Amino acid sequence: MSGHTVPADFSEHMLDLDEDEDLEVFTKNTSLPDGSPMPNSPSSMVNQYRLEDDDEGQEVANTKDIFVTVDHPESQVTAIETFILYRVVTRTTRSDFDSSEYEVRRRYQDFVWLRSKLEEKHPTLIVHPLPEKFVMKGMVERFNDDFIETRRRALHRFLNKISEHPILSYSQHFQVFLTAQDLAPHRKQGPGFLSRMGETVRAVANSVRGLKSRPEEFAVMQEYVDDFSNKMCCMDKVTQRIVKEQREYVDELKQYSPTYARWGELEEELTEPLKGMASCVVQCSKEAEEHIQHLSEVLVPALHEYVLCAETLKAVMRRRDNIQAEFEAKNEALLTRKAEQEALQEEVDVLADRMEQANNSLKGDWLRWQRSMKTDLRSAFISAAEKNVEYYEKCLAVWESFLVSQRADSSGGQEDVA
Amino acid sequence: MADSVSSEEVAVISNTDITSTESENNIINTMVERGTALLRKLEINVAEAEKRTGKNTVNMQETYTVYLIEIRPAETEGGTPAAPDTLWRRYSEFELLRTYLLVTYPYIIIPPLPEKRAEFVWHKLSADNLDPDFVERRRVGLENFLLRVASHPVLSNDKIFFLFLTEEKGWRDAVLETGFQDKADSRLKSLSAMFRVKNPDKRFTALKQYSDELNNVISQLLRIRARVADRLYGVYKVHGNYGRVFSEWSAIEKEMGDGLQSAGHHMDTYAASIDDILEEEEHFADQLKEYLFYTDAVRSVCRKHELIQYELEMAAQDLAQKKQQKEELATGTVRIFSLKGMTSKLFGQESPEQKESRLAALEQSIQEGEETVKEKNTECQEFVRAAWDDIERFKEQKDKDLREALISYAIMQISMCKKGIQVWSNAKECFSKM
Repeated sequence: MSGHTVPADFSEHMLDLDEDEDLEVFTKNTSLPDGSPMPNSPSSMVNQYRLEDDDEGQEVANTKDIFVTVDHPESQVTAIETFILYRVVTRTTRSDFDSSEYEVRRRYQDFVWLRSKLEEKHPTLIVHPLPEKFVMKGMVERFNDDFIETRRRALHRFLNKISEHPILSYSQHFQVFLTAQDLAPHRKQGPGFLSRMGETVRAVANSVRGLKSRPEEFAVMQEYVDDFSNKMCCMDKVTQRIVKEQREYVDELKQYSPTYARWGELEEELTEPLKGMASCVVQCSKEAEEHIQHLSEVLVPALHEYVLCAETLKAVMRRRDNIQAEFEAKNEALLTRKAEQEALQEEVDVLADRMEQANNSLKGDWLRWQRSMKTDLRSAFISAAEKNVEYYEKCLAVWESFLVSQRADSSGGQEDVA
Repeated sequence: MADSVSSEEVAVISNTDITSTESENNIINTMVERGTALLRKLEINVAEAEKRTGKNTVNMQETYTVYLIEIRPAETEGGTPAAPDTLWRRYSEFELLRTYLLVTYPYIIIPPLPEKRAEFVWHKLSADNLDPDFVERRRVGLENFLLRVASHPVLSNDKIFFLFLTEEKGWRDAVLETGFQDKADSRLKSLSAMFRVKNPDKRFTALKQYSDELNNVISQLLRIRARVADRLYGVYKVHGNYGRVFSEWSAIEKEMGDGLQSAGHHMDTYAASIDDILEEEEHFADQLKEYLFYTDAVRSVCRKHELIQYELEMAAQDLAQKKQQKEELATGTVRIFSLKGMTSKLFGQESPEQKESRLAALEQSIQEGEETVKEKNTECQEFVRAAWDDIERFKEQKDKDLREALISYAIMQISMCKKGIQVWSNAKECFSKM
């Protein structure tokens, strides 16, 4: 699945964020194998499609047999705490699912549990990050509507990324997460806190010893990850700054219209053009606000997500390094210690296998991740550029119509609106 | 610079890609075609600005700017334009000329000079008087001033103005010789007039109020503009950071590299484009400023009217008082307190001869008073008539100029939008190729 190239005209469709066309492509290319009707709640379809803009996703969508949505956040108040429950709806044709439709309620902590289980089982696969626990600056109330909506979208995206992953989507934990009415019993199973502690200690010990040498391809990968993380942080910062500056610009811009209106009232001959100016400013302000809204909803989250991805990548690299370190430590013991050769050899073999598996997993997933990143970010940038063009086009129309109305009034003008 | 306009038609903007020089020329052309005798003879430019150093009045070294005025005969038939006569003037000389005009023609709304110091600046723009951009804008403003005066039906005929354009050396003496400084009303006089006029002409009262409100509204607009310019500058310049980050990021990517790199270039272009945009907008601000300063000139005319009206009222009041006194003296009743009356009460009646002489003096005074009132009345009526003529002319000019200014502004906005569309379409292309 990861080796396919995407036909050119396909990408045109994928990147067009016009709603109707999205839905059209969706129904055309992704009918279920058994002919049963598509998920038909419009919001879920739109939500899914808008956030599945990678070619991998489109490929998968052709043969996609599982669809997940996250919606309907609801506040839950108990004696001890208040939290948000999200509705998770799954529709699938997979045989390993007992039913074809599931609806469960999950809170943020449940997502955290799922992700940690996935990382545990597949330490060198790239598991998409979750939205952050809290946003540090600018947060007034943890549960304000914007925050909840942003989080909901990110959680939706998370589950979709998992469901598109060739390996992770078949995870037992993933299935349980999607289907179990009550997750609590499942959360208690599996390696406990203490054993995880042990692993961490070992990992720290190994990393202290240091790696003998990283294989070339992983050294290159590490360098890339560090640079990429750097760049994503910069992009994130720059974009947030742009949003801030634009907000301030719009605030000032709005001041124009009451002043022009006031002036218009003062005048006689000039009343009409002055009122026209006031109206133009009002319209342009509206367009600017829409533009800001779009940036906040599309580009900012996309970039932020990849800042988090970069952290994920770093963690994956560390875990791979640790696995290698463990093997090397054991291997050295095998070579230096004369006693227990047989037992040690066995352990070394296990660790060698483990290392090889880990390296291969990562190599395989790396390509998939890179392609996915390219598609996601390209789509976000294109969307931002399009919105900019749209913003300027709308403002252009506003001023051109003002100009036409003024020239129509003044005598003897031949209008040649370029 | 301002070309001589051969056609009589009003200059009309017929395309949307107008440069600031063009739109400036449109207003100048509009002035020029209001053919005064002077402008039919001469073409006037303020062509250059130069820095000079010299000793000032307190014998200290100072640096100042001088402006080159070019005068050409306005021949339009075929032949090559003659070489211009030129002279250099500094800002303070323009100020002297204007003061002279203010005093000599108090019933005319005298065109304003460009600002002495940069005000309403947004922070990236220099507030330094020696900054080349400021000097350039001032050059344009001074040319504008000269053309306004030259196209005025009354002012264009003034001899001192003509000498200003033609006599570099002897001009200052000529102005001072007119003795205009003596005619200047003391500030105190005009201030007191404001508060004590009993029957101001309602039209002037309304005009003064309009002028004050216009002043307010334009000031407000200019303040807002400065703040908006600041913010917009910020928005564009931050995008320059994208250029840098894209460039660095493209170095580590294989497939995405080219797309990112070229998109980065467009971001740099976008960030750089704001400089020109705001430069053009500065021109719009200058047009507003001219009318902001015009409101001061309007207020001056209104105040002069009040002063004349006040003097008329004072003269009339004075006359009434004297008539009253005469009556009392004749009939012997004292209604108005007078020192003479009191002393006569205290020290006894005056003799019939004294009374006769006093009556005669009063009679004389009354006659003089009546002459004064008649004069003042005429003066007042003349002033009102002449002023109101000019006010009507001014109103027409203002409506036309400001409408043109708003149109220019719209054209600027359109140009800015087109640039934006271009850059972001290009960027989108690059992203698509990623």
